[in-house]
Amino acid sequence: MSRQSNRTTDSKKMNSELFTLTYGALVTQLCKDYENDEEVNKQLDKMGYNIGVRLIEDFLARSSIGRCQDFRETADVIAKVAFKMYLGITPSVTNWSPAGDEFSLILENNPLVDFVELPDNHSTLVYSSLLCGVLRGALEMVQMAVDVRFAQDTLRGDSVTEIRMKFIKRIEENLPAGDE
Amino acid sequence: MADEAPFQFLHNEVLQYIYKSAENGETDNGRNIAKLENMGFRVGQGLMERLTKDTARFKDELDIMKFVCKDFWTCVFKKQIDNLRTNHQGIYVLQDNKFRLLSQLSAGKQYLEQAPKYLAFTCGLVRGALSNLGVKSIVTAEVSVMPACKFQIMIQKM
Repeated sequence: MSRQSNRTTDSKKMNSELFTLTYGALVTQLCKDYENDEEVNKQLDKMGYNIGVRLIEDFLARSSIGRCQDFRETADVIAKVAFKMYLGITPSVTNWSPAGDEFSLILENNPLVDFVELPDNHSTLVYSSLLCGVLRGALEMVQMAVDVRFAQDTLRGDSVTEIRMKFIKRIEENLPAGDE
Repeated sequence: MADEAPFQFLHNEVLQYIYKSAENGETDNGRNIAKLENMGFRVGQGLMERLTKDTARFKDELDIMKFVCKDFWTCVFKKQIDNLRTNHQGIYVLQDNKFRLLSQLSAGKQYLEQAPKYLAFTCGLVRGALSNLGVKSIVTAEVSVMPACKFQIMIQKM
């Protein structure tokens, strides 16, 4: 019992480490299973997509956020609410394209890579590809087709991690008439 | 991280992945379980290392088990183990009446045959955690009624 006192406070942090480590174990396994990094990236992205299409429901149910009016609002919700809720960080939104259909998320510290060092022979591995898939999948479920990719990655020597998001098109709704 | 949803979703995807590669026919069920268990093992090791950073030395095996039941379980599953039993000869049974990874699945018998998949990773987690405290063990799990399950830990004498 005496041992318990000082630890309750960082249980949140521990939980993120559980996620980080589990993700690490997954990437390790994928690297064993596939021969080249491209395949691993693709697989991670696919798994992320599968997570995203489910995570969006959890997100909408809990955040009580309605439909976004434009892409700028979407960017804000992603950075300030979604990232905060699930990863405990708030990326900054920058580098808007003049047309307002493209922006960057700058992650100061990416929780997925907390204990990671990339070995030299995995130079083309995009370690956090999962995130791209999650964003793509989640947005697709709210009728937005978006292209997501990593533009910079601290794991590969860049000073920040940058996720570039580009709006492609609105997905037409096929709801039956009168169904909202 | 303020949230456990990402872990649960990720865990589901890991299962999906491991079992899908099996459908292509190369691997049998035992291999899959072993793969999941090994992934859990590595994660358990890492977690335990982080978790015991500032704790006092453990008195004995039982002390370690209590730590696993309370702190480790709380850290991973947000609750303590509900019941810890032992025969004092190296066998421990940890019972969780509402196991987090099963509680979303079913509260009856419907998906009982799927349950072992959802336990393998956690078995590894516990084994890895213990191994980092110098306890070599075999961990198995059984479910009779979801979402309750029992983890049996057999200590291997060095």
